Amino acid sequence: MNRRVVITGLGVCAPNGVGLFDFTNALRDGKSGIRFQSKLEELDFGCQVAAEPLVKDNILNNYFTPLQQRGLNATGIVYGVIAGVDAWLDAGLDKNTTNEPRWEHGVLFGTGILGVDKFRESIHLVDDKQVRRLGSTTVLQTMASGISAYLGGILGCGNQVTTNSSACTTGTEGVLMAYERIAAGKADIMLTGSCSDSGPYVWGGFDAMRVLPRTYNKTPSKASRPMSASAKGFVPGSGAGAMVLESMESAEKRGARIYAEVLGGEINCGGQRGEGSMTAPNCVAVQRCISNAIKNAGITSNDIDVINGHLTATSKDAVEIGNWSAALERKGFDFPYINSFKGTIGHCLAAAGSIECVGTVLQFKEGMIFGNVNCEDVHPEILDVISETRIPHKSMPLHPKIIAKASFGFGDVNACVIFKEFQ
Amino acid sequence: MGEETKFHILRDIIKVYLPEDLSVDAIVPTSNFLDELNINSAHLVDIVLDVEDAFDIQLENEDMDRMQTVNDALDIIAKKVQAKLT
Repeated sequence: MNRRVVITGLGVCAPNGVGLFDFTNALRDGKSGIRFQSKLEELDFGCQVAAEPLVKDNILNNYFTPLQQRGLNATGIVYGVIAGVDAWLDAGLDKNTTNEPRWEHGVLFGTGILGVDKFRESIHLVDDKQVRRLGSTTVLQTMASGISAYLGGILGCGNQVTTNSSACTTGTEGVLMAYERIAAGKADIMLTGSCSDSGPYVWGGFDAMRVLPRTYNKTPSKASRPMSASAKGFVPGSGAGAMVLESMESAEKRGARIYAEVLGGEINCGGQRGEGSMTAPNCVAVQRCISNAIKNAGITSNDIDVINGHLTATSKDAVEIGNWSAALERKGFDFPYINSFKGTIGHCLAAAGSIECVGTVLQFKEGMIFGNVNCEDVHPEILDVISETRIPHKSMPLHPKIIAKASFGFGDVNACVIFKEFQ
Repeated sequence: MGEETKFHILRDIIKVYLPEDLSVDAIVPTSNFLDELNINSAHLVDIVLDVEDAFDIQLENEDMDRMQTVNDALDIIAKKVQAKLT
């Protein structure tokens, strides 16, 4: 069984826009969600800028009951539920209000680490010998699968409800895992996405690794510079993205609006062998991931109009461009258009893949390629491989037919998904 | 603090944990938390914590075990508050 799979719903809680409308406008206009964080300054972080969604308290009532909001201290769950429920409703689906689980509906929603602030609260109570005061939701808010559990319960899903975790690849991997489940006939509809918590306890480890930019604390919107010669590291971010994947058959039967088709892709790992390590990619594996994704999707590399890269704004961006070029066997003017949304949303870690997949798919709907920001000085090693004309600085009208999206993560893991316009 | 006041405070604590299909009027002194008010047993833990905060008392494990109805809770609260005053 190999059923066709389409995208029928999108939802997003991004640093530069909560909800599809604001997010689309922000990507189109190059509006930054990166801000100075006084909390990071107080804590003597080297990098004091970060990208987190601005969630207004009054919208929480649309997503959480008053009881669920009591003691809720897990930003990842807030972002994930907003994006997930939005995607579900955007697909024209409703919350299951019956007592019967919807057996053909599932949730595959990833995260890197969940409920960090709740966990910190708990650690203090435990150390103060107040374990009895942790309350009933500490476990639910700090277990990795808390996000899929919350969503599965709110929506009443009876198919697989689980959480995947593969560092910064999580969201893109999730799209492929959900795709495979539907294609194999094991589910009709899967809500897939990922979320990442905000805050110093999530971002601190990256500051310690000295992979974050330290010279843009006064100019936050300039801090994240994918593909730029002056890139100084990635800006930490948070948020959530979500999409509803559905069998073509189910979508047509419901008369659902279809954003795009998922043709498939590839997930692999460099094994931390060769030049690969816990933190550096094995280029052989990255290229293999891309070329297998093309093969699995049943297209050729020349069919790809646009790439949404991982491109985090480190010195590795040029390596990534080299890998795309080698895998596609395309370079110079022949290279597809390429963009990175991290210039405006930073690197949302476990949420990066899903937020960027949502942005990638929105380009089909808008008939537009969203522009890159902060790369007016494209890195010379990138220009050795591709023409600067392939890196739009401003959003430009274009109706892409096929877009490739890849994400890479710590642990030397890779995922590449191929989206196709739906006619 | 009178018995009526204690009941009202307790009722306000409990109502947050009621399932959507039950109104606050369902909470009467004889109500059984799990069987009649349909409160999720995990939330009894939270009700106890809220009671502790509201009355500035501490409930022990055996108190929680015998707290089956609203009256049980009121009884425990009365004893703990009394003990605190003496």
